[in-house]
Amino acid sequence: MTDIREVSVDELRHLVSDRAMTGETMLLNMGPQHPSTHGVLRLLLELDGEVVVNVIPDIGFLHTGVEKNAESKNYQQSEVMTDRLDYLNPMGNNLTYCLAVEKLTELDVPPRAQAIRVILAELQRISSHLLWLGTSALDLGAMSVFLYCMRERELVLNIFELVSGQRMMTTFIRPGGLWRDVPVEFEATVRDFLKAMPRRIKEYDDLLEKNEIFLDRTKGIGILTKEDCFQYGLSGPVIRGSGVAHDLRKKQPYSGYDLYDFDIPTHPEGDVYARYRVRVEEMTQSLRIIEQALNKMPYGPVRSNNRKYVPPPRSEIGVSMEALIHHFKLWTEGFTPPAGHVYAATESPRGELGVYMESDGTAKPYRVHLVTPTFVNLQAIPVMSRKHYIADLIGIIGSIDVVLGDSDR
Amino acid sequence: MSEHLQNTITMIQARNQVELEEFRGEYTVFVDPEKIQTFMLELRDQHDFNICMDVTAVDYYPQETPRFHVIYLLYSMPHNVRLQVRTRLDGNHPKLDSVQGIYTSANWKEREVYDLFGIHFTGHPDLRRMLMPEDWVGHPLRKDYPLGYEEVQFTFNFDEIMINKPHPKD
Repeated sequence: MTDIREVSVDELRHLVSDRAMTGETMLLNMGPQHPSTHGVLRLLLELDGEVVVNVIPDIGFLHTGVEKNAESKNYQQSEVMTDRLDYLNPMGNNLTYCLAVEKLTELDVPPRAQAIRVILAELQRISSHLLWLGTSALDLGAMSVFLYCMRERELVLNIFELVSGQRMMTTFIRPGGLWRDVPVEFEATVRDFLKAMPRRIKEYDDLLEKNEIFLDRTKGIGILTKEDCFQYGLSGPVIRGSGVAHDLRKKQPYSGYDLYDFDIPTHPEGDVYARYRVRVEEMTQSLRIIEQALNKMPYGPVRSNNRKYVPPPRSEIGVSMEALIHHFKLWTEGFTPPAGHVYAATESPRGELGVYMESDGTAKPYRVHLVTPTFVNLQAIPVMSRKHYIADLIGIIGSIDVVLGDSDR
Repeated sequence: MSEHLQNTITMIQARNQVELEEFRGEYTVFVDPEKIQTFMLELRDQHDFNICMDVTAVDYYPQETPRFHVIYLLYSMPHNVRLQVRTRLDGNHPKLDSVQGIYTSANWKEREVYDLFGIHFTGHPDLRRMLMPEDWVGHPLRKDYPLGYEEVQFTFNFDEIMINKPHPKD
């Protein structure tokens, strides 16, 4: 029987200021069950009255060992786990994983599949930003925005259900293309969504932009300078909210993002408000990308014709001996990419999401490592929140869009 | 290969003994573990690699010695190029200088590597476990660490399981 160990302040001596040792400042535990930490994030706060002296984030409560598990599964099986990482961005996670596999195997992806991938990834970005907007506004006391955002997020999830049969854990994007082509209703449904959204985004703006309390609690709070951003390796809306126009969709285009015309919204202030503006403007840009991709979407196959990596269509299996053999090999042994290591990265709603994948030439990946944006961004919480009030800390946590499934993996 | 990366590699090869590896358009340089700090400092200050995207490791037990590779993924925002830096580490009390003072982002990443691989980073200000519970025994991402099929530990059977549990070599 092991006893529950009591952690004394002495063990944290190197993390807190000297004033905490004399009892002049207070150490307070926030989370892991606090509603405004957006999941199981624990923060150890050192407080001088109500002012934050230091924050010590503690993560790992949602650690699921995805990287270890992936080493014992073949390439197709590991993809299913990527849905569960960043549960607000399953399409983006699938896409990143597939890009890594495709880079490793030098697999081609047909143009139609590329266009559909872009549409789905951007829809996912909108849904993720909507949930972020709703919950972080809720934290700051704006209740009604949450309800509106959830209403619109529902529309996106309905589209995902239409194409993949699943609302969240889709696994729709597969190495070499997609699981299957989208149904005929897809285009009309997405166009309805595109028509409805700009007015709705305007609605959220009206609710928050004229809300004195919201403005007071976001402007000038949690300032991050450009230098901090580089030092901490931050990415995504956080770095764009500090005035750095960095977006992997522009800088290192993947899946044909270079075919579409869109802007990178940036704001130089670096506070919570700037990050909020960046995300809201990103939703409008995503709508632009989706519209262009829908207009340009070519006809054709949605899966690569490389039978060593991609299963043949069902119709061929009954008539072709080779197709049957390929099908059997792929679903029993899996495919065997050449030995080597690659790194593929995409712009997820939270920042740079990367997959480092190493193959030793067998059917199972030798090592899969996920470089996740939340893990990186959380590290900057202490810099942002020093000398602010506890109430402002809530807004700061909200502003970096924490998803603990993403950081703990 | 972009011009900047080409120049960087020629310059660092002229000054240090480094191996270069290319796969699928990605470039990897191998450096000695003793030189890692000076090397990273040189890359940051003279070659504009201003962001350390990631620090991770791979375990090649039992087929290779030294068994660990520690990997640094660097990114240069002004030149938009990536470079991978690798260093080989022996499995016997693996120790490496921390680059936390050069790239602050390496702080948590090194803690993660320490947690999951048991590699010690000397000079790291706060080397505690990151993802696993702080009283956890062993380092899960090592290849000799068993995967699953274990009885779940509760307070009533904790001691019993601990006696029979396979422990990875520390």
